[in-house]
Amino acid sequence: MTTFDAAEVPLWAAILGSALLLLGAGLTLIGTFGLVRLHSFYQRIHAPTLATSWGAGGMALGSMIIFTASSARPVLHEVLIALFVTVTTPVTLMMLGRAALYRDRSEHNPGALPDQTDDLE
Amino acid sequence: MSALILWWTLWIVQAALVLAMCCCVYRMARGPRAQDRILALDALYVCAMLELLAFGVRTGTTIYFEAALVIGMLGFVATVSLAKFLMRGEVIE
Amino acid sequence: MARLLPYPLLTAGLLLMWLLLTSFTPGQFVIGIGVAVGASHALSALGEASPPIRRWSAIPRLVGIVTYDILRSNLAVARILLSASGRPQRSGFVRVPIRLRSPAGLAILAIVITATPGTAWLDYSSTRGEILIHVFDLGDEQEWVELIGDRYERLLLEIFE
Repeated sequence: MTTFDAAEVPLWAAILGSALLLLGAGLTLIGTFGLVRLHSFYQRIHAPTLATSWGAGGMALGSMIIFTASSARPVLHEVLIALFVTVTTPVTLMMLGRAALYRDRSEHNPGALPDQTDDLE
Repeated sequence: MSALILWWTLWIVQAALVLAMCCCVYRMARGPRAQDRILALDALYVCAMLELLAFGVRTGTTIYFEAALVIGMLGFVATVSLAKFLMRGEVIE
Repeated sequence: MARLLPYPLLTAGLLLMWLLLTSFTPGQFVIGIGVAVGASHALSALGEASPPIRRWSAIPRLVGIVTYDILRSNLAVARILLSASGRPQRSGFVRVPIRLRSPAGLAILAIVITATPGTAWLDYSSTRGEILIHVFDLGDEQEWVELIGDRYERLLLEIFE
């Protein structure tokens, strides 16, 4: 386990790390804001990818920089979170999108369907 | 100086993430359909994970990292099984 | 070699993950090798063959392009969400004809398309060789068809086929 004291963080690492943390949190907030603001499900499915691509990536990078600069050895395990989230979110979104398409198709909802979906399987 | 910068940054970051979680909860409560709620739940998981990362930086320990990883994995499995449930109406076929 | 290590890439990845989660010491390296080899043998019981990679040199280019595109479309989608109307002019479904047939290549294409904000993969029809994607800010449909064909599919075809 690595621990550090906030006063020991070098200034450059604090500024760079803070900027990345703010970028990540800001993108996450904008993405979830889109979840509230957009009007159809298929538009909303794009909103969380903001949080899971550079939202999570920015925060992981920021915390990596702060931890590495303030401890003797490189702390890189946050990269696992960024990688994991980037690779798994497409799987969940794809399954959700297909489920929504399937449900809309079986209920014959107008507007949500592209043409000739009957042979999509 | 750097302690002050970090303190303010983490304050803003955590507030932004809480706000993001509120947005997800709003969409989850509002719906209108099951897939919207599941999408919001997935985003809520991601926000909770990032909040734990921010906690880790604030306290300066790596112990929160493991919790964040577990939340990320649970969120993935939960969302996939819920999406599968929507598709077929049953989880185990 | 193939008998001993059915999935060399996966084994290396698991070893690296083990070292990141614990620490970079010789002892953990030995345990990590044991875990990685054991896990890849467990997976080989499922019987899926490791996909052959034809050209390694295209992989860094693909990673670079995808990272840049994700950053660019992050900013584009964020700008739309923060604009006064809060929604794009027109979003809709696009059908993209595709030549890629390798399952690994298709899986990577699906992850790339969905991980990029603004496009989401919805379906693939193997009989017609066509994918169905949803685009957030749909300008010209033909532009998206060309973008996916030229930017991603060509590189994936080089890597896997």
